[in-house]
Amino acid sequence: MSRQTVEFSITAAEKLNETLNAFLQIDREGALRRAEEIEQSGHAGPLAGIPIAIKDNICVKGLQASCGSKILGDYHPPYNATVIERLTNAGAVIIGKTNCDEFAMGSSNENSAFGPVRNPWDTTRVSGGSSGGSAAAVAAGIVPVALGSDTGGSVRQPASLCGVVGLKPTYGRNSRYGLVAFASSLDQIGIFAREVEDVARALGVIAGRDNHDSTTADVPVPDYTASLTGDLKGARLGFPRALFGKGLDDEVKQSVESVVDVYRELGAEIVDVELPSAGYAIAVYYIIATAEASSNLARFDGVRYGFRAEDAPELRQMYRKTREEGFGPEVKRRIMLGTYVLSAGYYDAYYRKAQQVRTLIKNDFLKAFESCDAIITPTSPTPAFAIGEKVDDPLAMYLNDIYTVTANLAGVPGISVPCGLSSERLPIGFQLIGPYWSEPVLFKLSHAYEQARPFLERPPISAS
Amino acid sequence: MPINQSDIEKVAQLAHLELAEEELKTFGPQIAEIVSYVEQLNEIDTSNVEPALGGLTAEGEKTDTSRADEIEGSLGQKVALAEAPDPASGHFRVPKVL
Repeated sequence: MSRQTVEFSITAAEKLNETLNAFLQIDREGALRRAEEIEQSGHAGPLAGIPIAIKDNICVKGLQASCGSKILGDYHPPYNATVIERLTNAGAVIIGKTNCDEFAMGSSNENSAFGPVRNPWDTTRVSGGSSGGSAAAVAAGIVPVALGSDTGGSVRQPASLCGVVGLKPTYGRNSRYGLVAFASSLDQIGIFAREVEDVARALGVIAGRDNHDSTTADVPVPDYTASLTGDLKGARLGFPRALFGKGLDDEVKQSVESVVDVYRELGAEIVDVELPSAGYAIAVYYIIATAEASSNLARFDGVRYGFRAEDAPELRQMYRKTREEGFGPEVKRRIMLGTYVLSAGYYDAYYRKAQQVRTLIKNDFLKAFESCDAIITPTSPTPAFAIGEKVDDPLAMYLNDIYTVTANLAGVPGISVPCGLSSERLPIGFQLIGPYWSEPVLFKLSHAYEQARPFLERPPISAS
Repeated sequence: MPINQSDIEKVAQLAHLELAEEELKTFGPQIAEIVSYVEQLNEIDTSNVEPALGGLTAEGEKTDTSRADEIEGSLGQKVALAEAPDPASGHFRVPKVL
């Protein structure tokens, strides 16, 4: 049985990749061998025989980890990320590595050195990013579950644009050991699936303390599937009216507001909440994320792994040429911006200031959660935009993250759930953000919506 | 603070990036635009606000991250050098420093 399922996934991945460019590597041989082993041994793990796709910035031993960058190219890490160890122990079968924006920097997947991922709903549109390949692979029915990473919305935003469920867990909920670091105070590994239940099951497998990542917290991992009760009696949903204004597409607004009505029908109480500092989130995010990135990406120097530029007879010249030729424009732009805000004399004006406003954003959430169990917002201000539409305007691209970055800045969990199609048949998603460690609440709420209004539409580019 | 061409060149040096002439020209105005956007933070009075440094959750702060002082297996020389662009007799070889 597991062999058949895995064979189906691999064949679909191979067939659809010409159109979608969702995979950078497909491991037919390894995955089939592993599926065979699982079948023979009668593995009884919670994910036994389930084919899974992994974003190409998470280390899987034996497979490449390019991070969508030429500077790593066909780098093959010598170890597994902790989440990969846990998935594998639970019986999962990794079928391949998915395309992403270079070093997870982007909201459209157009920053991959290996070409953009195409949206299965309309191949002239972006998949969203940065985990676009994982989102597209789940949306097209190639795999039931995929992993991505979410630093400012890189799981939730592509989930929304591709019409699947995407979770960013609480900061410290799961290990980042083996995830190539972008912005360490924001990065979390997240999960894509078509249904909330599969996300809950996968989180139960990967969550928990890890000695290899000191930011993982010692917090018990509950049985997340036990929270899928459908009972919303007494649930309070926060509605931040001010975030449903300027810059929000009309169809997205209507669609998410109708989700609020569904929650009301299901018995939840709708509570007005305010997040007064949310308007500053993008500014705070692009200081903190680029500052941390400029430091994290200093390790790519052409010495220990990856690409090294030729014709550089002196060490510093070699560093500079390697990084110039190895990194793409968006990564260079962010390294530059991060280096600038951290440079002598500017630290207090930018980085420290941003961390102070980050405290205000975090306090907004803590206060809001005194009166509600979760907050509802759109995930993305618009449905999927056209490939090429925003590439020349980095600031306009950054504003795509307006609804998602706040959760990373505060460290709280967020989930994106599909809630319909636009008039152009493009998916729309809503987001629920909850307090620290409230994943069970997010699962309960999103599962109840999913049961009441199942999203049964399938994209034109699909495996089945 | 307005950003000029020489600021951009200086930052590129600090970041170990040998930017092409063309890139210097496009990055200059783009970075200036982003910096002027983030300067909206100056509207907010943060004189009594602590910066959000360190672990974000109380549970994360409380977690004991120490581990037993025991020797664990490591990659070993062969594996550690396997992905190096220019390994030589058990070392990472680099161009001359001086």
